[in-house]
Amino acid sequence: MAEVVLMPQLGESVTEGTIGQWLKKVGDPVEKYESLLEVTTDKVNAEVPAPIGGTISKILAEEGQTVAVGTPICEIAADGAGGGETAALAAEAPAAPAPSPSAAPAAEPQAPQPATAPAADLRGRYSPAVRRLAEENHINPDSVAGTGAQGRVTRDDILLAASRPQKQAQTAPAPAPVAVQAPAAAAAPAPAVGTAAAAPAPAAAVIDPDDQVVPLSSIRKVIADRMMRSKVTVPHAWLMMEVDVTPLVSLRQSLKDDFQAREGISLTYMPFMLRAVVQALKAVPAMNAQWNGDSIVLKKHVNIGMATATDRGLVVPVIKDADQKNIVGLAKASQDLVKRARTSRLTMDDLTGGTFTVDNTGAIGTVLTYPIINAPEVGIVTMEAIVKRPVVIQDMVAIRSMMNVCISFDHRVVDGAEAGKFVQVIKQTLEGIGPSTSIY
Amino acid sequence: MAVMSYLEAIRETLRQEMRHDQRIIIYGEDVGVRGGVFRVTEGLQKEFGEDRVIDSPLAEAAIIGTAIGAAVNGLRPVPEIQFADFIFPAFNQIVQEAARIRYRSNGEFGVPLVIRAPFGGGVHGALYHSQSVEAFFAHVPGLKVVIPSTPYDAKGLLAAAIQDEDPVLYFEHKAAYRSIKGEVPEERYIIPIGKADLKRPGKDLSIITYGLMVSYAQKAAETLEKEGISVEILDLRSIRPLDVEMILETAKRTGKVLIVHEDNLTGGIGGEVSALIAEHALFDLDAPIMRLAGPDVPAMPYSPPLEHAFMVTSDKITEAARKLAKF
Amino acid sequence: MATLNMTPELLKEMYYTMALSRALDDRMWILNRQGRAPVVYSANGHEAVQVGSAMALNRGEDWIVPYYRDLAMVLAYGMTPREVMLHLLGRADDPNSGGRQMPAHWGLKRRHILTTGSVVATQDVHAAGLALASKVLKDGRVSMASFGEGSTSQGEFHEALNFAAVHKLPVIFLNENNGYAISVPARKQMAIMDVAAKAQGYGMPGVIVDGNDPVKVYEVTAEAADRARRGEGPTLIEAKTYRFVPHSSDDDDRAYRSREEVAEWKKRDPVITFEKRLLDEKVMTAEELKTFQQRIKDEVNDATDFAEKAALPDPATLWRYVYAD
Repeated sequence: MAEVVLMPQLGESVTEGTIGQWLKKVGDPVEKYESLLEVTTDKVNAEVPAPIGGTISKILAEEGQTVAVGTPICEIAADGAGGGETAALAAEAPAAPAPSPSAAPAAEPQAPQPATAPAADLRGRYSPAVRRLAEENHINPDSVAGTGAQGRVTRDDILLAASRPQKQAQTAPAPAPVAVQAPAAAAAPAPAVGTAAAAPAPAAAVIDPDDQVVPLSSIRKVIADRMMRSKVTVPHAWLMMEVDVTPLVSLRQSLKDDFQAREGISLTYMPFMLRAVVQALKAVPAMNAQWNGDSIVLKKHVNIGMATATDRGLVVPVIKDADQKNIVGLAKASQDLVKRARTSRLTMDDLTGGTFTVDNTGAIGTVLTYPIINAPEVGIVTMEAIVKRPVVIQDMVAIRSMMNVCISFDHRVVDGAEAGKFVQVIKQTLEGIGPSTSIY
Repeated sequence: MAVMSYLEAIRETLRQEMRHDQRIIIYGEDVGVRGGVFRVTEGLQKEFGEDRVIDSPLAEAAIIGTAIGAAVNGLRPVPEIQFADFIFPAFNQIVQEAARIRYRSNGEFGVPLVIRAPFGGGVHGALYHSQSVEAFFAHVPGLKVVIPSTPYDAKGLLAAAIQDEDPVLYFEHKAAYRSIKGEVPEERYIIPIGKADLKRPGKDLSIITYGLMVSYAQKAAETLEKEGISVEILDLRSIRPLDVEMILETAKRTGKVLIVHEDNLTGGIGGEVSALIAEHALFDLDAPIMRLAGPDVPAMPYSPPLEHAFMVTSDKITEAARKLAKF
Repeated sequence: MATLNMTPELLKEMYYTMALSRALDDRMWILNRQGRAPVVYSANGHEAVQVGSAMALNRGEDWIVPYYRDLAMVLAYGMTPREVMLHLLGRADDPNSGGRQMPAHWGLKRRHILTTGSVVATQDVHAAGLALASKVLKDGRVSMASFGEGSTSQGEFHEALNFAAVHKLPVIFLNENNGYAISVPARKQMAIMDVAAKAQGYGMPGVIVDGNDPVKVYEVTAEAADRARRGEGPTLIEAKTYRFVPHSSDDDDRAYRSREEVAEWKKRDPVITFEKRLLDEKVMTAEELKTFQQRIKDEVNDATDFAEKAALPDPATLWRYVYAD
């Protein structure tokens, strides 16, 4: 077996040594402690003695060569050894031998303990930075999900929460979750506002080199802000009903040319829908209302907003006193607003005072949507695309023109029963239309 | 620009400053013919003669006491204490004389004096060749204490110390002498005393340290970067006066501070830095200030496992920083 | 040799300074007993060694590093009675320390009196260091440290002598041996009779001189200074003397020495004996003496009044001069 001799550390702070002169050559016998070579460092010049007796089998570093402490410099074949395995031996104790397994743990308790010994659960324990930032940003840290040790809310958690646009959402004291007595049928369970506010912050966009970054237009900012506010602060519930509009389709078909000729505008389904919504609002006044924190405001006027797509984004012009208008009046009012919306000629008055919103999502071909309530209104209904479908009527299959009506409603104000009744009125009104229904 | 070891940077700075200013003299034990036990002053006696590079008797109080007298009478002495562990016989001269002469004479006398001393452990120096003694001196108004971490800093801080009108203790880590290398400009320059240096920017936590521990912290930071932890490193450079502004800046920036030094925990610089942060940056703190320091045992033992257990290592820094980052 | 320089004027100045020191000393005790000066350290009894040695130097050019008992020495070196009183009373304009140090912690840069602390023997190495610079800079200056025999037990005394002797530094170590370190007699400081004997161990001359004879002290100091200037290294002078008063105004020496012993030494009071000698040898006339005494009285009164009226330091100056900048 051969012993590898390593460059010894010759003195404090020395990291390398230069081979001065080999005093032995390969094949020379060497006694234990006999000098092998001279080493020069910038601190000392020294002769390095053999760690074992034997025969020099290899010289691994040449004279004049500078090698780091711990580098193999030669090998010695032990007396009577047949070679093969090698074992590294420094001529001196190695610079920093790894502590023995038993020594290391024994030493650890002596090592300084970090001053922080985190408590088992750090939720509800806030650092000064968290307290200050929460206060400055009007955030209730109780409502923020902690990502730190033991659930602790960290400074970064607060900063992330603060970077979300919905400041008011976090400002509001987290109300106790409303005891909801929704019928089992009522769609999704109403989420508590507190957890809504605690929803994780939006992930930051990843911008790759070729991506285009478009600054927000002012209308986009308003839309984003309103949608976010509504979605975060209003407990949305949702339901849908199918409406058989076959007679309505027939009626419109029969009237539209005449209507165009006489009124100068086309006759769409929208005024019929508006009329039905007015009926429903009258039947369920709680839908023509606004949430007011500790009360509900029932609105006297019925002002229906129409979600309208424009080139610049979504706007919601309002038909004031919709309950005072007949089908023709509603048709004229709605088309006037849509026209002006698309030509950017809406006034401030056109855009304010809504008490309920109708969204003609069917125009883009959808059959089912989940609209966001135009807060502080209580509800928003959609009229989906009218499609012909096989429908069972009196145990017979018939081809009917069907339209889905979806509603999102503020579950704080109304429950599923009222919302259901509301849509039911719309359904009955629309299905009740016949060939003799007057549009005036 | 030449790449030099930490030790070479000190030697070449001594040479350069001595060439520039005839008033500078060096003395201490073995600094002349032998060039110092670590070879820091090698070749200087040959160049500057026995009058300017003096082998003094083996008496630390006399080395510092005479340096005080020589400084008052027009020289710029740069005495060497062979090991920082041996500075204590001169403690009274440093703390009660050098540090107070300007104050007690109402500004009449000053002591432009630089005391160089190798310090620190991890080199099998045991109890009396391994100590970190900076905290004793950092406590004393009238003294300045600097500890470079790189060859570049070693030069700039030494030149600044030599040109300073007040007594400066210049501590050199023995383990850094030959292991740390870096580029050093040939021209003269100074690094102002009392200014810290942001050695690495980061955002998750700040490590505030100095001397050899800066390179250990850098190694730790590289490890942690792979784990997604971004570590800022502030090199204090000067232990007295402390750069309060930069300490507070980094603490406020990251909200989490780990102070690292090899010197004993209790009464170490970490306590002072920690107090400054607690006093002036409380509302930016997102975690308790953490200290990682030499254990409170009298000194560093000799046998490798014991020495290892004492030393603050890169691994220990990594572990502490990781814990703090996750807090 | 040195006596050739002893003109009548110098001898009279010697006497005047010794007598002035004694009078100032007495006044300081009065102020202390009136509660106007917190503490007093006296030169009382040491005037001859202090004035004789100081006047042998190139005053204001050579450095002295005195200790707390050296009132007469600093007066001989050019500190004024007003400055002494400003120091005693901690006034803002105290040139020693601006009211920072206790009384008798001398230091006056313009006269090359190095500031001193309270830990004894620290000044010995400072004097060696001043001399080291003189050797390197070849400025021709000599430095002199003075100290009591108690401080020769300190390590720095030995370190200073050894360092100075090895490097042949132009420095004089002047021991004012009054037999007591506060209450501890010299025989409990050292097992030999004479401080001067220690010089041999360091390789420098050790000279014993009568500390109550200013002329003899002058002579040995002048010789030591010449030797230093010739590059032959340091000298240790032991001037044997006695203090007539307690260590300080807070001490009571009756606890440790007999009244008889004090009375015996007072027969050799240097101010009285030197006055008599100058009169006897007709260096000074009775008329001159009377003039001197009046001048001294006036100077002491003026210094007291001046210092008492002088401003105290502004508390805001507490922060000054910690560092140069």
